[in-house]
Amino acid sequence: MPSWLNRSQLLLMATLAVVGIAQSLSGRLDSYILSVAMGVGINIILASSLNLINGFTGQFSLGHAGFMAVGAYTAAVLTGRLAPQWSPLFGGQVFLLFPAALIVGGIVAALAGALVGAPSLRLKGDYLAIVTLGFGEIIKVIFQNLEFVGGAKGLNGIPDYSNLLWVFGTAAITVYTVWALLNSSYGRGFLAVADDEIAAEAMGLNTTRYKMVAFVVGAFFAGIAGGLFAHLNNSINPSGFDFNKSIEIVVMVILGGMGRHIGVILAAILLTVLTEMLREFGDYRMVIYSVLLILLMLTRPQGLFIWPTRKAARRQNA
Amino acid sequence: MTELLQQVINGLSMGAIYALIALGYTMVYGVLRFINFAHSDVFMLGAFVAYYTARAFGRWGFVMGGYLGGIAILLLSMTACAVVGIVIERLAYRPLRRRSTLTVLITAIGVSLLLQNGGQLVFGVNPKAFPDIFPSSTLNLGGLVINSNQLVVLGVAIALLSALHWIVQHTRIGTAMRAVSFNATAASLVGIDTNRIISFTFGMGSALAGAGGVLYAMNYPSIEPLMGNSPGLKAFIAAVLGGIGSLPGAALGGMLLGFVETGVSGTRWSTFRDAIAFAILIGILLFRPAGLLGRNRVEKV
Repeated sequence: MPSWLNRSQLLLMATLAVVGIAQSLSGRLDSYILSVAMGVGINIILASSLNLINGFTGQFSLGHAGFMAVGAYTAAVLTGRLAPQWSPLFGGQVFLLFPAALIVGGIVAALAGALVGAPSLRLKGDYLAIVTLGFGEIIKVIFQNLEFVGGAKGLNGIPDYSNLLWVFGTAAITVYTVWALLNSSYGRGFLAVADDEIAAEAMGLNTTRYKMVAFVVGAFFAGIAGGLFAHLNNSINPSGFDFNKSIEIVVMVILGGMGRHIGVILAAILLTVLTEMLREFGDYRMVIYSVLLILLMLTRPQGLFIWPTRKAARRQNA
Repeated sequence: MTELLQQVINGLSMGAIYALIALGYTMVYGVLRFINFAHSDVFMLGAFVAYYTARAFGRWGFVMGGYLGGIAILLLSMTACAVVGIVIERLAYRPLRRRSTLTVLITAIGVSLLLQNGGQLVFGVNPKAFPDIFPSSTLNLGGLVINSNQLVVLGVAIALLSALHWIVQHTRIGTAMRAVSFNATAASLVGIDTNRIISFTFGMGSALAGAGGVLYAMNYPSIEPLMGNSPGLKAFIAAVLGGIGSLPGAALGGMLLGFVETGVSGTRWSTFRDAIAFAILIGILLFRPAGLLGRNRVEKV
């Protein structure tokens, strides 16, 4: 292995290569399975990015769907309505245009994250949860009132640019970024803020800054996930990004074990597939889902995929 | 002038309903320190219990249409909601007593989803027309149009609020409630059965939510299983606005929110109604996080 690559970077490269191969073979796959797979990938991005905020930094946010909406609308407008002005910049090439639209969507979502985070991150616990919920709803209402993007009816006819490569490539990069950020010497501060904010502050960490960084980075990836979501479903409307969507993502993070990389990814996969599988129960689907959710919280509140590792045991003893 | 008075009356009756629901949020937060997301669905159940009782009463040729029948329906649906609230606490929240707030919060969301989706399954998805359970007439006082239902809503709400105030301030169990809310550990040390108090609190909060559901359905006579979402959120905002954990605060917050909402409804900002409610919430939390009547907690290291 070349010295400038460490193991995790190698893993990232390998994942990207595998995704590339899978994409080239995707023509043979059933289109339903393909769309479920992409749904899984998008949820991995959402859950991992929220995990940075809720899990690792310990700031309970209930507004992730709002940032997703910002990214989705921005990207959809760029590839749709603004395509005539914007597409020539990339020579009309979709493989350049689409990622650029996604990134712009992510940046706008990150700006929204900064805007929401700056006032609200002074609050803690339940109050932060409520305020982020409130901002999420406000974002939804704003989109409902923007006639430019279709108001309450939403946007239709978004080109289906999303494919396995974009979705899982982004998912791999998201997971890697969150992982690498937390394992840098700077990133240890996130965990310190989650463990004990007062102690972290006493040690001279700028806790507000850490919370902001977590929030902005999380919002950025949520925005990109939104863009992918829009170009997978071909249509978006504001009520698709409501409180329930945020809850869905929060549930993934909690069942994955709050601040566990792999656990949260597994939970995202499991919950996405589970909701698809429950479809055949028709009207009973959501009833079963909610009963399962309650039972899981009663029996395994620490998360589904928690194994007693040496590291975790050490952390508990400390 | 008449228009202003009209708005005041609409605001009062809306605010009274918000106040009733907000009290449930605040009481539960007071004793358990968590946001009971299922509260708004108990509110919905209240409306549905009243709907089905009213139909059954009608079929049996009971005292339907009079004030007595209306009060009977109201009391029945409050009792049913109290039972539901106590059962929910018993089955879903009590096993989690020592877990983190987050776990309980997610469980509460699960219960809320269960009630909503179970409701859609049992009651059907389509809205139902809510019958007149109290004699309804429209009074016209020199251009000022008052529906008698609005007066009933106001009367019932004031009666319930006074009853609650009396229970909390002047009875043994109310004193115990305040003790648990002040310091649960100390309360159990002096011999208060905290579990019983928590059950009682849930029962009372849910009964108020049930009453709120019936009154809301009287004003907006179309009920469906997801009807709790919006008023539930508003009432929650009202609770935070007044200072969560404070009973007078919840009543005040509910009233204020009712006024603001009816005020906004008449203007061209009406589509932003929900956003404005949240904007108020955010403003309050940023400038006075403890709410209007709440006490600031000092953080000790």
